Amino acid sequence: MSALEDLYKEIILDHYRSPRNRGELDEPAHRCEGFNPLCGDEVVVYVVLKDGMIEDIKIGGQGCSISQASASMMSEIIKGKSIEEAELIIQAFKEMMDIYESELSGKDEIRSMSSDIDLGDLEALQGVVKYPVRIKCATLAWNTLTQSFQEAGSK
Amino acid sequence: MSFDVSNLKEDFPVLQRKINGKKMVYLDSANTSQKPVSVISAIDDYYRNFNANVHRGSYQLSVEATEILEGARDTVASFINAPKRSEIIFSKNATEAINLVANTWGRNNLGAGDSVVLTEMEHHANIVPWQMLAEEKGFEIRWIKVDSKGYLDLSDISQLLDGAKLLSITAMSNVLGTLTPISELAARAHDAGALILADASQLTPHRHTDVQSLGVDFLAFTGHKLLGPMGIGVLWGREELLEAMPPFLGGGEMILNVSKEGFTSNDLPWKFEAGTPMVAEAAGLAAAIDYLDGIGMEEIREHEIQLTTYALQKLPEHLGEMITIYGPTEASDRGGVISFSLGGIHPHDISQVLNEDNICIRAGHHCAKPLMDVLGVPATSRASIYIYNEESDIDALIEGLSKSMSIFGA
Repeated sequence: MSALEDLYKEIILDHYRSPRNRGELDEPAHRCEGFNPLCGDEVVVYVVLKDGMIEDIKIGGQGCSISQASASMMSEIIKGKSIEEAELIIQAFKEMMDIYESELSGKDEIRSMSSDIDLGDLEALQGVVKYPVRIKCATLAWNTLTQSFQEAGSK
Repeated sequence: MSFDVSNLKEDFPVLQRKINGKKMVYLDSANTSQKPVSVISAIDDYYRNFNANVHRGSYQLSVEATEILEGARDTVASFINAPKRSEIIFSKNATEAINLVANTWGRNNLGAGDSVVLTEMEHHANIVPWQMLAEEKGFEIRWIKVDSKGYLDLSDISQLLDGAKLLSITAMSNVLGTLTPISELAARAHDAGALILADASQLTPHRHTDVQSLGVDFLAFTGHKLLGPMGIGVLWGREELLEAMPPFLGGGEMILNVSKEGFTSNDLPWKFEAGTPMVAEAAGLAAAIDYLDGIGMEEIREHEIQLTTYALQKLPEHLGEMITIYGPTEASDRGGVISFSLGGIHPHDISQVLNEDNICIRAGHHCAKPLMDVLGVPATSRASIYIYNEESDIDALIEGLSKSMSIFGA
């Protein structure tokens, strides 16, 4: 498999071409925007949180295939989960990005409990870690989701 | 065209490099140019044979190092036809040169009720220094608009310049390639009682630049875009303006005398060159200018027009309506900077696909976010050419773009 095919796996292109949970949600949904100033990527996350659960999620914004596919996959795995579960998934996803980054730099990293979580389609994004400048694209939606939990919690 | 690009390419070690077995297709010279062996050798030679601090030592080595620095100043003065060598100020880059003007001339001359005129196609380097000062001094920033074809809209230039103190403008857009009518605007600015600063970072690598015929008051450019090393730029200013300006950074070199009571500034140009200067970089810059002079700026411009014409013709021919090229359609009105959008594919994805074939282009907002807003896009892809590029580089780009289209199904 070429490096390019490794990065742009079919599942990623599928999410990019047919993004899941695309759209907007009205109030009382919480709206949170994330920007990657380097490339102008923008992700808007709308979440409806109720009794510690993510009842609904929609994704808006524009950007590269990696940022948009990552946001689409995130919305799929997160929807209907509890915030607690979602936070573990966020952690596991970020560790996937980090761990591969440190493997590349030759460091050993101890996987934490969250690594037992099955990331499903998201594993396809592993190819991104070979391209350090693209990691920010992949994590943009996730950071925005974390921020929206914080903002919604402080309301 | 009177120079042979394939022979010339051999002077550039980086262009010989293969990555993943693929030959280098470097189309990012508006970002930074590659360096010929003569420039690399000049830097190497300085450190091997001449390194000493300048303007200080009475020993031979220091005298020779000083001659290298001051000789480079002469080379730069002649390159831009400056009336006096003392008007050539070395800075870190063009950004620092513009910041110097903002922080010295600007700080002394701009206040509430004043205005500075910029254009929508400026690089952030010619926007943010003025915004920073405006926050502090409370003057107004006015904007010359960019029309749908990528030219400056000068229909309201009289109103914009009315009462303005400075017009600070790019001589060539780093996104659209548009060449701006600097000498015409210099006359308009002067008629209105304003000064004019030209950001010539994109112009000097490609065209013969003559500060006297342009009629500007300040001109800023950087060395690394014209084959020189990173870390050295130039501010040229008219002597009487530079004389009246306070120093920029304080320290050694920029003083004649210091006592506990205060200091006396050094003469031009050293008044604006605090601290140990970039002597090796100056040697590299002089070697770069010599290299360009060896080819001839007219020939360089002619090659740029030919290759830009080729690209402007071939890109739509192969990619049809999927490609949108920004900026003037006539190569004579623009430089070899070609920004484009392709079939809704994000520029990062395009540059990633091109990278697979070792084709280097820039993707992003090109440090010109206000212009991106005008174009209505968050980012563009940009291919930019220089003396070492040839038609085969454009052909490789087209092939890579077709590959991007097939991957992203656009």
